[in-house]
Amino acid sequence: MAEVTLLEAVREALAEEMERDENVFCMGEDIGAYGGAFKATDGLLQRFGERRVIDTPISEAGFIGAAAGAAHMGLRPVCELQFIDFISCAYDLLTNYVATARYRAFLPCPMVVRGPSGGYVRGGPFHSQNPEAAFLHTPGLKIVYPSTPSDAKGLLKSAIRDDDCVLFFEHKYLYRRIKETLPAGDHTVPIGRARVAREGKDLSIITYAATVWKSLEAAEQLEREDGLSVEVLDLRTLQPMDDAAIVATVKKTNRVLVVHEDTVTGGIGGEITARINELAFEWLDAPVRRVAAHDVPLPYAPALEDFVLPQTSDIVRAVRWLAAY
Amino acid sequence: MAATAAVAPTTDIPAGLTRDQLLELYYWMRLTRTLEERLVNLYRQTKVVGGLFRSLGQEACAVGSAYALRREDVLSPLIRNLGSMLVKGATPLEVLRQYMAKGDSPTRGRELNIHFGDLEDRNFVGQISHLGDLVPVMAGITLSFRLRGEERVGLVYVGDGATSTGAFHEGINFAAVQHCPLVVIVENNGYAYSTPTARQCAAERLADKAAGYGIAGVRADGNDVLEAYRVTKEAVDRARRGGGVTLVELMTYRRKGHAEHDNQSYVPAGEIERWAAENDPIDRYIAALTGRYGVAASELEALDARVRAEVDAATDEAERSPFPEPTDGLGGVYADPPSAPVLWYRQGFARAVDRNERAQGWGTFNG
Repeated sequence: MAEVTLLEAVREALAEEMERDENVFCMGEDIGAYGGAFKATDGLLQRFGERRVIDTPISEAGFIGAAAGAAHMGLRPVCELQFIDFISCAYDLLTNYVATARYRAFLPCPMVVRGPSGGYVRGGPFHSQNPEAAFLHTPGLKIVYPSTPSDAKGLLKSAIRDDDCVLFFEHKYLYRRIKETLPAGDHTVPIGRARVAREGKDLSIITYAATVWKSLEAAEQLEREDGLSVEVLDLRTLQPMDDAAIVATVKKTNRVLVVHEDTVTGGIGGEITARINELAFEWLDAPVRRVAAHDVPLPYAPALEDFVLPQTSDIVRAVRWLAAY
Repeated sequence: MAATAAVAPTTDIPAGLTRDQLLELYYWMRLTRTLEERLVNLYRQTKVVGGLFRSLGQEACAVGSAYALRREDVLSPLIRNLGSMLVKGATPLEVLRQYMAKGDSPTRGRELNIHFGDLEDRNFVGQISHLGDLVPVMAGITLSFRLRGEERVGLVYVGDGATSTGAFHEGINFAAVQHCPLVVIVENNGYAYSTPTARQCAAERLADKAAGYGIAGVRADGNDVLEAYRVTKEAVDRARRGGGVTLVELMTYRRKGHAEHDNQSYVPAGEIERWAAENDPIDRYIAALTGRYGVAASELEALDARVRAEVDAATDEAERSPFPEPTDGLGGVYADPPSAPVLWYRQGFARAVDRNERAQGWGTFNG
């Protein structure tokens, strides 16, 4: 089979799920005739018609609220945010209405909110965000953030079949850069399980999304130049978090670097570090350290963006510090 | 109040209603008021453990509009819509258990007051406190009707205050564009907490907002239960025919504070008393029933007695209901996993404290 990009994997997942279940439908801005800003829904209107591929007004709160209502009635809406940065416009609906629906009213809300996220693309402050941590703090939402085409397809299919609301982040830097031959057939990946992206024995990097690839690059360099064997754990799902996989890698290597692209303060790295502290403190030979973005809005100029965001060289330096500790 | 003997109706009954239905409307309004009066007693006895919200003076608005729906239609109530929920099948027992935080309340003690729903059978949605949010949600519920070709209608209430929110705008605009079978009722009761409508919106008539969305808009006397029914029925029928969204502004007046603790110091002197004396929806309806429609006062008194007996029985039963099991508070956030884990410091304990204290209030001004 031919290799596909992460973007094509997303499109395949959408089409296959719409084909499989007539209750699945898509809503979002410019997703119909135009096929979406990144063409993730390209061809779906022609294939499934305008009742199942709905162009919405510029109303993130409006269509995410509407998705919740439709989901209560047994439909399975998939909302596209043109850029995930605009999820903040629907923060109220997602956190107060959607996330609480099952708990307070026994109302299922099987819906997916997906969209392109992340930086390294010169998108500036409003087309580069990684807002996952804001939602990690809201019980009732699930958060998925894949780094490979295969995981993107398999996890998106699982998200659409999940009986709760799943926020699905698609890193736009990876959209067309990463290619992979997908498993044949009805390929799903379970939500809530991490993946060992690279086996190692000296030190672990726990990460997700685009920084999985930077961590892999760093691991190769460290093996080549330092003879270090670095394990890379790709979390894939951030909520629920795979504690067992985190503890397993800590016990294996006893040294942990947490890497993510989001800002360091209040980022998910803090939560991962706290879990390691509570679940596996006595297995550590060094403090858990973080490599993440500096605490500023993401700037536009390449010189600025590259300085603010974590780079492969940062990961290499941090791993060397940890290995020497 | 005209207390005439039973005579033949002197006026045709409006809006296609039967005589029995006229009495039913009276029953729902009386049940709303009596149930709320009982809740006030229970609140003073500290058996209602949270805030108490009244709809005194707005019973016609709530009951008349909800009466225009069929059982399969979906209603989305707001905090002054106890009457609408009763019409849609909510029971006094559910409401009492809910206010008293009982374990067998519709939300098993998780939510307050009339924040509960039933989308399986009676078809009303549990509201949340964030005003306006149910407008987009109801846009989606009614979108599902249109997508599936079901002849069902949705009705969502907002107050004058919620018309200022972004969610109201986004929801109603979405529903209008998508031709959803939705009726949006603005209950204009003069105040959002302490803020008068004139400080909420510069438009003279909230119904005029309809023009901006390209939908029908109508304003009516919300303290006339038959008028509230009639205009809502027209809007519901339009929605069912595929005619899209209607914005209905029902004019009414909130005679109690935002919640029971609110002393209404911001209300001009005499205003509440004037509405109570001249424009009480139940008094007005009794006058119409016993006058124009020839209903005997004794028939209404019999309904009053029935309501009292029902509320008494429901109160007794609600008092006997147990409080929730503390650990139930961790369940049901997700379908999977079914429960949040008990944190390490609480493991092996069935409850957190020996005695659950009742708060004196929420810290809101109680003068």
